[in-house]
Amino acid sequence: MYDFSKCSHSRNAFGDALCELGKKNRDIVVLDSDLSGSTKTIKFRNAFPDRFFDIGIAEQNLINIAAGLSLSGKIPFVSTFAIFGCGRAWEQIRNTLALDNLSVNLVMTHAGLSLGGDGATHQSLEDIALMRVIPNMQVIVPADSAETKEVIRYAAETTGPKYIRLSRRRTLDIFEINNYKYDPHSYPVLEEGSDISIFTNGCMIRESLKACYDLKKLQISAKIINLHTIKPISIKSIIDEAKKTGRVVTVEEHSIIGGLGSAVAEVLCQHKPVPLRMIGVKDRFGGSGQVDELYTKLGLSSRHIVKAVKEVMKKR
Amino acid sequence: MRPDKIDKLNQIAKKLRKDILLMTAEAGGGHYMSSLSCVEILVSLFFSELHFDVNNPTDPDRDRFVLSKGHAAPALYAIMAESGYFPVEELKTLRKYGSRLQGHPVLHRLPGLETSSGSLGQGISTAVGIALAGKTDQRKYRVFVLLGDGECQEGLVWEAAMAAAHFKLNNLIALIDKNNLQISGPTDKIMSLGDLKAKWEAFGWAVLRADGHDIRNLSSVYKEMKKIKNQPIAIIADTVKGCGVSFIEHNLNYHTAPLTDKELNNALNRLK
Repeated sequence: MYDFSKCSHSRNAFGDALCELGKKNRDIVVLDSDLSGSTKTIKFRNAFPDRFFDIGIAEQNLINIAAGLSLSGKIPFVSTFAIFGCGRAWEQIRNTLALDNLSVNLVMTHAGLSLGGDGATHQSLEDIALMRVIPNMQVIVPADSAETKEVIRYAAETTGPKYIRLSRRRTLDIFEINNYKYDPHSYPVLEEGSDISIFTNGCMIRESLKACYDLKKLQISAKIINLHTIKPISIKSIIDEAKKTGRVVTVEEHSIIGGLGSAVAEVLCQHKPVPLRMIGVKDRFGGSGQVDELYTKLGLSSRHIVKAVKEVMKKR
Repeated sequence: MRPDKIDKLNQIAKKLRKDILLMTAEAGGGHYMSSLSCVEILVSLFFSELHFDVNNPTDPDRDRFVLSKGHAAPALYAIMAESGYFPVEELKTLRKYGSRLQGHPVLHRLPGLETSSGSLGQGISTAVGIALAGKTDQRKYRVFVLLGDGECQEGLVWEAAMAAAHFKLNNLIALIDKNNLQISGPTDKIMSLGDLKAKWEAFGWAVLRADGHDIRNLSSVYKEMKKIKNQPIAIIADTVKGCGVSFIEHNLNYHTAPLTDKELNNALNRLK
C-alpha cells in the first residue's frame, strides 16, 4: 500500500530537472508567460538568466518565439498555465510547432480542477483533448515528481513537439526519484488486480488507489495502471489489459469528452470492446473551492470511482 | 545602386511576375494579387541585400527571410526558383497534391524555407524567436520578415512587435507590403489600421517608408536602415495589389479568382 502522506509538487521536480538539464546542455532554453513563480521555471531563471525568456502575458507569442528558438538550434521548454498555453495558443501550437514537427516541449501546469480557488476560467479540463487531436503532438501526464523528472529528461533527448501536463496540487510519491526509468510504451502497474483495470494518471492516481483499497474490502480486486502517455497511446497495452480483466474504468481530472477515457475507448471499441465507464468532469466547467470538495461535487472522488467499478462489475 | 544593376533587377521582377501568373493559372488558384505587390521587395532583398548561399541553406550565419504573409507563396517560390533553390520548371507544380510547393509554405516540404507560414501573425512571431536566438548566440545574421498590411490586424503581430523592442532585436527588419486591400475590401473600410507608422513607432521600432515598386528607392532605404543601430526596423512599403498588370491592379475581384485564358494572355503580353 502506498503511503498517502508522502506527496510532493511535481512542478518543483520540473524546475529542478530543468536546472540539471541546463547545466549539461547549453542549448536548453526556457520560456514563460509571467508565471514562472508558479510554474517553477523560476528555478531555471535564477540559475541561467541568459537562457530564460519571460515573454509576458502573451501566450501566442510565447509559442512562436519558442518555435523560432527551436528553428535556430535551441531546445525550448515552455511553461504557463494549461488553459492559456493550450487554449489561447492552440493554433500556434498546431500550425507552427506541430506542422513543422519542432522539438519544443510544452510543460503546462495548474491543469485540472486542482487549481482550486481561481475558478473556472483558469481550470483547464480540455487540454488533453486539445493537444491529442493535433498530429505529431506527444501527450504525457506524469504521475509524480520522479516520473516528471524522467519525462523532462526524455523530452530534452527526443524530437518532436510534446505536451506535458502538471497540476498545482501535490501528487502522491509513487516512484523513487532518480531510480525510475520512463518508458513511453509501457504503463506501470501500481496495484495488481484481476477483476477490473483502472486506467488513470497524474492527480487521479491518489483517488484511484484510495478506491482500490476500498474495493478490496468489498472483495473486488482492482488493477491500477498509470497510463502516463496518452499520445502515442500503447494500443497493445490497453488491449492486453482488457483481455486480462474484461472490465475497464478510466479516471481523469479532465472532461470525459476527448481525454484519457476517450482515448482508451477509441482503442477498445475498435479492437477489444469491453464494459467501460469513464470518471471525469461531465462536460461542465469547474469553479472555486477546495480541491477535495471540487472532486466530490464534480464526480472525481474515490467514492465515485468505487461506484463506477461496482456498476461495471454488474455488467458481466 | 548602379543604373545597370537596377535595370537587371527590374528585368528579374518582370520575370517573377510572369512566373507568378503562369504558376497560379496552372494551379487554378493561388494569391497572385498579393504576390504581385511584393515582387520588387523580394527582388531587392534576394538579389542585393540578403547574405545567403543557395548551396548552403543551413549555414548558421545566413540572413533569414520569413514570409509572414504566407499567402504570397507564389512570389516566394518564384524568387527561390530564380535564385537557384530549385528548377524554375517546378513552379508549375504549385498546389498540386504531393508538391513541394504547397499553397502556403510548409517547412519540411521545401529546403530553403525558414518556417511554415500562412496563418497570419505567426511568421513575425517566429521571426522574433529566430532573431532572439541570433542575439543570444551573438551571431551576425539579420532576420527579414515580410508582412501584409491586413495582417497587422492580428493581435499576435503586436505581441511580436512589443517583444522585439523589449529584447532590443536590432537584427530584425519587418517589411510591410502596404497594398491597402484585403479580401473583403480596402483595409481602411474593413478594419482601419489608423496611422501604421505611428503604431510601429509607439511599439519601439524605427520606421522607414519606401516605394515598394521602386528598386532604387528600396535600395536606398536599405542603406538608411543600416544607420539605425539600436532598434528593430519596420519598413512600410507602399504597394499596389496586382502590380504590373494594369487591368487587375487594385481590383478586389481578382484576389484569388483565377484569370481566364484570355486574361492571362493579355496580362503576359503586357509584361513583355
